[in-house]
Amino acid sequence: MNLYDLTIHEAADLLRKKKVSSVELTKAVLCRIKKVDEEIFAFLTKTPQLALAQAEEVDKKIAAAQNISPLAGIPVAIKDNIVTYGIKTTCASRILENYIPPFDATVVERLKNAGAVIVGKTNLDEFGHGSSTEHSAFGPTHNPWDKTKVPGGSSGGSAAAIASGECLFALGTDTGGSIRQPAGFCAVSGLRPTYGRVSRYGLIAMTSSMDVIGPMTKDVEDASLVLQVLAGKDELDSTTVEGPVPSYSHFLKEDIKGLKVGVPKEFFIEGMDWQVERSIKEAIEKLASLGASVKEITLPHTVYGVACYYIITPSEISSNLSRFDGIKYGLSKEAGNLFKVYTKTRGESFGQEVKRRIMLGTYTLSAGYYEAYYLKAQKVRTVIKNEVLRALEEVDVIIAPTSPNLPFKLGSQIDAPLKMYLEDIFMDTASLAGLPAISIPCGFIKGLPVGLQIMGKPFDEGTVLKVANNYQQATEWHKQRPKL
Amino acid sequence: MISKKEVQHIAKLARIDFSEKELLKLSKQLSAILDYIEKLKEVDTSKVEPTAQVTGLENVIREDKSKIQNPKSKIQILNGVPRKKDGYVKVKAVL
Repeated sequence: MNLYDLTIHEAADLLRKKKVSSVELTKAVLCRIKKVDEEIFAFLTKTPQLALAQAEEVDKKIAAAQNISPLAGIPVAIKDNIVTYGIKTTCASRILENYIPPFDATVVERLKNAGAVIVGKTNLDEFGHGSSTEHSAFGPTHNPWDKTKVPGGSSGGSAAAIASGECLFALGTDTGGSIRQPAGFCAVSGLRPTYGRVSRYGLIAMTSSMDVIGPMTKDVEDASLVLQVLAGKDELDSTTVEGPVPSYSHFLKEDIKGLKVGVPKEFFIEGMDWQVERSIKEAIEKLASLGASVKEITLPHTVYGVACYYIITPSEISSNLSRFDGIKYGLSKEAGNLFKVYTKTRGESFGQEVKRRIMLGTYTLSAGYYEAYYLKAQKVRTVIKNEVLRALEEVDVIIAPTSPNLPFKLGSQIDAPLKMYLEDIFMDTASLAGLPAISIPCGFIKGLPVGLQIMGKPFDEGTVLKVANNYQQATEWHKQRPKL
Repeated sequence: MISKKEVQHIAKLARIDFSEKELLKLSKQLSAILDYIEKLKEVDTSKVEPTAQVTGLENVIREDKSKIQNPKSKIQILNGVPRKKDGYVKVKAVL
């Protein structure tokens, strides 16, 4: 087995037994990046020198028999909308092409304190706006399972980097599915934590009422190890909640006998790829064979999820992205007066999708339309949220496909924004309600991955991880690696 | 249908320059998206309160004191500023 194919828990074990050093592990990953990233393009910035320096530090600690975190010495890639001290952070946008943050995001600080080794910053749809990573200003990422297909998005660089062995794990961010959908398309495990579970200080904001940061890993055990490090109150993010963070590894030891699994009938829609549907149904049967009791439930308002999401998200984007004005940081265009500096800088430096969303959001928030659009969407959000929370009183988790389709061809939907938005159809329920949800691989169709989504109660990541881990203990999908 | 004139007005509010071609394309695309969004009217929300956030947290406060600043921070922040003068951010005349 190649070192770059290891999971975190396998590598951590070898590091502790001194069978491999962090420098060796890091070199194997850096070498892999050099070999495959020209074709995959998962990375916007690579940080080999920093990585090797961090790895040497960890090796010293291991040599001195110091107690280290399970993430110590493990190569990680960070999505490029999370700020890193002294390392370029671009959001895959021209406007931040040369932006070097003067601080670390809280999650980055926590990873550094745990001794994780940062190998680089990963590609995304510009500012997170998209479901394919094609909206990156620096070029699309390719799906390692089929390089003519998209890796999903917006955390497509992170997902592709893990699948192709260019890191052992990565950080992603999820607003309307940006961790789960690329995890599904690249056959990795991607967890969207509950809104409020993980600090967003240092995440360049897109939709403040839904953005979260979460782990993307090769299996569920790894996801629980990373969440353990990321989770918890942060004074610098007032939306994080107080209270103890449970020990997630405890949940992984439990079985799922008698656990109630809800399957919403609305999530098996007409027009869905029948092979995807079959894979999901087989996964549900597998959970039943492991002792879970499966129950059909109904979430009639989920059909309004995409419409609701595509009012709230552009509205918040139009506000959050107003800070990119060519004055404080980033790119700036010369013009005759202040107003023209703004309009020229933004007009020439933002990509098409970013501009489209800012325009849509400016419209839905503008005088005369606010109540009909934004306020209405926030009310529908209440209806969707209450409905799913009520369902979660009856069942422990809800199962759904991650995506209705298989990874699509690069370029095939780039000029069809509405079609692209509908990629999120199974994603928005968890996003709007702020629920934890994971996508794990549950099959391959003609060599392309299918993702299974498991949603849980707010702050009950433990049960979500438990169900996902039981499934992975009984299946081999997560152990597949693409041939590159 | 959103007219080109309306798109121009929104573009001004959003502080974004567009070419003629972009304006026409946006007028079509935004109209299609808004048509789809019309769907929300089917939901009866007459007795529903809006959801702005989902944590249930309210009025989170902390002591109003500055963190110990890294003396290099000011230089690092200014390094990212496109136009500056004497340690200040330079802006075109506002009036």
